[in-house]
Amino acid sequence: MAHSYTPGLKVLKKTVFKKERILPLKGDVLVKEGDSLNPDTIVASTNLPGNVQMLKVSNILNIDPKDVVEALKVKEGQDIKKGDLIAETSGIFGMFKSSVESPVDGTIESISQSTGRVVLREAPIPVEVDAYVRGKVDEVVENEGIVLSSNAAFIQGIFGIAGEKRGDLVLVSSSPSEELKADQITSDMKGKILIGGSFLSLEAYKKALSMNVAGIVVGGFNYYDLKAILGYNLGVAITGTEKLNTALIVTEGYGSIPMSEATHALLKDNVGNAASINGATQIRAGVIRPEIVIPLESSNAENDSESKMPEGIQEGSTVRVIRSPNFGKIGTVTSLPSELNKMESETMVRVAEINIDGTNFLIPRANLEMVEMDE
Amino acid sequence: MSKKIKSILATDCGSTTTKAILIEWKEDRYRLTFRGEAPTTVEAPFEDVTKGVLNAVMEVEELSGRTILNGDKIITPDNGSEGVDIYVSTSSAGGGLQMMVAGVVKSMSGESAERAALGAGSIVMDVLASNDGRLPHEKITRIRQLRPDMILLSGGTDGGTTTHVMELAEILAAANPRPRLGQNYKLPVIYAGNNKAQDSIRETLGEISDLDIVDNIRPVLEQENLEPSRDKIHDLFMEHVMAQAPGYKKLMSWTDAPIMPTPGAVGSLIEMIAKKEDISVVGVDIGGATTDIFSVFEGKFNRTVSANLGMSYSICNVLAESGLDNVLRWVPFDIDRSELTNRIGNKMIRPTTVPQSLEELVIEQAIAREALRLSFIQHKEFATSLKGVQSERTISDAFEQSSSGQSLVNMMDLDLLVGSGGVLSHAPRRQQSARMLIDSFMPEGITQLAVDSIFMMPQLGVLANIDKDDLKEDASQAALEVFDNDCLIRLGTCITPVGAAKPNSKMADVVLTFKDGTTKNIEINEGSLEMMDYPYEEIKVSINPARGIDVGAGKGEALESVVYGGVVGLIFDGRNRPITLSKESSKRIDSLLNWSKAVDEYPKGEMF
Repeated sequence: MAHSYTPGLKVLKKTVFKKERILPLKGDVLVKEGDSLNPDTIVASTNLPGNVQMLKVSNILNIDPKDVVEALKVKEGQDIKKGDLIAETSGIFGMFKSSVESPVDGTIESISQSTGRVVLREAPIPVEVDAYVRGKVDEVVENEGIVLSSNAAFIQGIFGIAGEKRGDLVLVSSSPSEELKADQITSDMKGKILIGGSFLSLEAYKKALSMNVAGIVVGGFNYYDLKAILGYNLGVAITGTEKLNTALIVTEGYGSIPMSEATHALLKDNVGNAASINGATQIRAGVIRPEIVIPLESSNAENDSESKMPEGIQEGSTVRVIRSPNFGKIGTVTSLPSELNKMESETMVRVAEINIDGTNFLIPRANLEMVEMDE
Repeated sequence: MSKKIKSILATDCGSTTTKAILIEWKEDRYRLTFRGEAPTTVEAPFEDVTKGVLNAVMEVEELSGRTILNGDKIITPDNGSEGVDIYVSTSSAGGGLQMMVAGVVKSMSGESAERAALGAGSIVMDVLASNDGRLPHEKITRIRQLRPDMILLSGGTDGGTTTHVMELAEILAAANPRPRLGQNYKLPVIYAGNNKAQDSIRETLGEISDLDIVDNIRPVLEQENLEPSRDKIHDLFMEHVMAQAPGYKKLMSWTDAPIMPTPGAVGSLIEMIAKKEDISVVGVDIGGATTDIFSVFEGKFNRTVSANLGMSYSICNVLAESGLDNVLRWVPFDIDRSELTNRIGNKMIRPTTVPQSLEELVIEQAIAREALRLSFIQHKEFATSLKGVQSERTISDAFEQSSSGQSLVNMMDLDLLVGSGGVLSHAPRRQQSARMLIDSFMPEGITQLAVDSIFMMPQLGVLANIDKDDLKEDASQAALEVFDNDCLIRLGTCITPVGAAKPNSKMADVVLTFKDGTTKNIEINEGSLEMMDYPYEEIKVSINPARGIDVGAGKGEALESVVYGGVVGLIFDGRNRPITLSKESSKRIDSLLNWSKAVDEYPKGEMF
């Protein structure tokens, strides 16, 4: 049977979810292989070098850079406190002295005779990495962190904003084609992750923010509403560092698009369960998609649903159209002709014949996406 | 004629595709004979670039019937039936070369350093300067965040004051930057500033970085000396950056010349063509994430990268920078604005989709026009004569009001405009490529248009750069001949008179004399766009512009020249410069439809 490779987003009822939890710089790993982890367990920690302050001593004292050394009261490597004397001129007969004091606590990193500057480094900044998802330590990466493993349901979105959050899943839109409206968001949803349907308006997202909802998973959102949230036009899809209380994960795309049945059903099955989500998205080489991880109670990993996934589009595959016309519609592949076909735009492409609601359409294979399902 | 090089294998390892071409000496000239491609294998699960190279070469083997590989080795030399004489490669895989540059004065040494880095094929992540308005700790934070592949530090003229450049060096030292790839080596830093500061620089940066010192990039204010920095960037790219990328050590051992960053190779080819033909050239490569523009005017080469102007990953940024209205002005039908922004957003998050409907194609080409226009504005602002130079001025200069730092780009002087990248190279009709190039670059006078259909310029560029004495001559001949015969698809020539003219008034009379001696008269009227089919053959033209109108010889001055047709033919563009579209929707749509019809741009039907 002919088949073609089309990247799809994962919707898996049960899989072994693995994730690296690595420090930005080398440091200490605080757990060992096999340890059980809660989402907030600290797995590794380190100290980032402190901020640097540059003091233009020669300018402040009004002396030549080469004379700075003579005026200094400190040495390289010395610890200092805020207000400590760093340099002082001898003045005239011991009078009219000028001096420089340290603006911060820290150490003297270097002293330059060519520019007359003293470099102070503030105290190191501690950094900790938590487990993010309930699971266990699969592997320790020496001095850097761990690889976490968890038996979990796993769903990828297409686009998201804000970083890692966690909370219990709450069903708000009972059907995938239903809009999640502002008036459905209530104060008892604080710290929860809401399951929506086809669309979330800006008004509804703002309501969720005000209620301190941890996250929302929804089919569609308007591109132009992002500006009101982010404060700028999103030019390239690189997100995750936004400081927002409510993470947003869009599963289908921009506009009002019903959430895929499989995604909605899987989320619905897990209502009340704790989930970890991350809106971070990077659509560039080394693509990162937003994710929803729901750790499962059972530890039986043998039914890893990933093993059942087909390799690509085949006749009979269920696919979603990801570009106009027919954008967002779901259909079944009836054939995969090998020859190039001319589209209305006169573009010559490889196509797939898709049956959508009883009608056959020829659609470029590049405009199809397979939702990977474990059924 | 006997040739030392009878066959050449060249590859370009792009971030998604590795392309291989085979060039052979046939019937007294070099020709491109076969090409193959395969997915690039830098990232997991393969993590070895040579696998993709071998796959692409295997495709060439299959198509040509020629054995090139023995296992995973390239057979050299060519023994008549097997192997090739030389193998060369370029690379932009793994994000290409990413640099940070620093200079004392942003518009002087900072700009020179940027020019050197861009010319070498790098992406410039940031330009640090003493006068960039940022406080030292802000600069330090920025350096730490960026993690460049290497840093180029310049500043000061030779023998001048060293304080400012030393301050920059101290900021670098305090930041203690780490390279992007690999934790186990020191970040390469090139110092190309005031020679008097070299010892102090060694003292400050020698320990914490892998420091190289080259000649000053601005030894005196009036002179820019980019070559030593550019060469050093290429060496370090090979030694450090490439050596960290998976499989590159092996690939480096196969090639007969150093691997060049892809844009560096393209730039050097364009520079060579301009020099050989003594012409002014603009080349553009519009990709999914970035748009590169290369130009040679007055013999001076410039390259710019618009890092966030592209047709998929960065498509929303085109929208953000140009504004929706500027995109929509090129669309000859009404469309719901919020629906359009959602559609463009969806292209960004699903970057590999293709336009199926005509409406989608028209919108995509409208966005391309804006991406190209904005990239070219950035290029024109950067490609300038040296800033900060005092020049002696005569009385006539004073009247011209010329000063230092003027753009070198003069569209009336432009001879050849070459486009490449998906939206230009794979447009369903070549007329669409021609229209996009003309509408966004707005050439004036007589300009030849072309597209590089399979983006072969990188491989030809590295070929042109082979400097082994015994191979040099053949390799550069091969690069030029293949460029002339196989690389470019000649679209034709655009003839554009410019100057103050009333709507619909006559701007110029053109007399065309064809090879068989027959002639044809054409009138170019203000606001019109006309096309004439004619293949890539010589045509003599004599153009008589109206009073106040210029076609290249000066206002109202007649011009005799030779032009060439192409797959599109000759285009007579009376739309004056800049091309302005009516604010009134119906008038604007009428003009767009008329221009499209005149050049047979889109299929006839409901929309056109």
